[in-house]
Amino acid sequence: MSDAPTLVFGAGEWLGLFLHFLTLSLLSVGGAISTAPDMHRFLVEQHHWLTDAQFNASIAIAQAAPGPNVLFVALMGWNVGLNAGGMPAGLLGVALSLSGVLIPSTVLTYAAAQWGHRNREMRAVRAFKQGMAPIVVALLIATGWILASTNGGSLEDWRVWLLTAAVTVIVWRTKIHLLWLLGAGALLGWFGFV
Amino acid sequence: MTDARTPDHPHPRSLTDLFVSFTVLALQGFGGVLTVVQRELVEKKRWLTREEFVEEWAVAQVMPGPNVVNLALMIGGRHFGIKGAMAALAGIITVPLFLVLLLALIHAQFASHAGVASALRGMGAVAAGLIAATGFKLAGALVNNVLGIGLCALFGVLCFIAVALLRWPLAYVLLGLGGLACVMAYRKLKP
Repeated sequence: MSDAPTLVFGAGEWLGLFLHFLTLSLLSVGGAISTAPDMHRFLVEQHHWLTDAQFNASIAIAQAAPGPNVLFVALMGWNVGLNAGGMPAGLLGVALSLSGVLIPSTVLTYAAAQWGHRNREMRAVRAFKQGMAPIVVALLIATGWILASTNGGSLEDWRVWLLTAAVTVIVWRTKIHLLWLLGAGALLGWFGFV
Repeated sequence: MTDARTPDHPHPRSLTDLFVSFTVLALQGFGGVLTVVQRELVEKKRWLTREEFVEEWAVAQVMPGPNVVNLALMIGGRHFGIKGAMAALAGIITVPLFLVLLLALIHAQFASHAGVASALRGMGAVAAGLIAATGFKLAGALVNNVLGIGLCALFGVLCFIAVALLRWPLAYVLLGLGGLACVMAYRKLKP
């Protein structure tokens, strides 16, 4: 990107980057993507470490790539590093941003899960798992809906909705390999059908 | 989860098995890994039943952090303690991280091509369907829920309306609807 800023990064800036992701980690209920607005405020608006285009590309590329979507955080660190002086700095940015966003949530989740398993016969633990079950199942369907509407949006894009609905039924009812469906989606998009 | 190791309900064999299994999972998961996790761990490897998967997923969802990463961590930790958790976490992150960096380098070359953007749009629509379908599949696990099928359906519909249509913040929905559902489940469970 030609309009990317050139940054001068010292230990203080790197520490600031790490601490920002560290504090967001414990707020990332529902996935790191739910803290993306705050990352935008910090990285783009306040410090100008990333351009808008770099920020959006980081999210889009991580969504398109295989693997957990949280890797968009690594790409933000990567781009900040590139702006601050090239590949080695990029790798440092990846290490700091990803470890920052993962360490606190990972430690907490591990401790909570182990505790829950040791006390799995406790009435409150069973009530939590039984009570949350219908909520999390509905959340999945809602996530599919939200993703479809960011792709489609209006009724004019009915073909996008149709594709999403067709895939829903196919995956629900058959055992077809998921990569075939993604490949078909890419081809339909490439040739302008959706 | 029962600790009985049976042919119908096998366990991960080793740390390497965990690392490789989650690497393979992650590499199949375009646009999010959850659909593949459900299919591989419940339908193919049978490390978890559908009911167990929903229970574990509830914890992974409520805790901060990426859901799928949390789930990997929990499954690894269940069988091999902290080492298992680290092996599963490394599996789901390491190879995909290199791929995503590679993709970022390639993307810088081809970002302006219209076909690439359209193909991504098509894949996005498919990815949305994959996640919704996983929800419908797991809904079958609610049959044995202590709340009963009627209340489960009610909570499910309310949750969908709040999140998908009204776009309320997830934290409020989990605390409000989720909290209410947990209290009702608590009252229905025998002490």
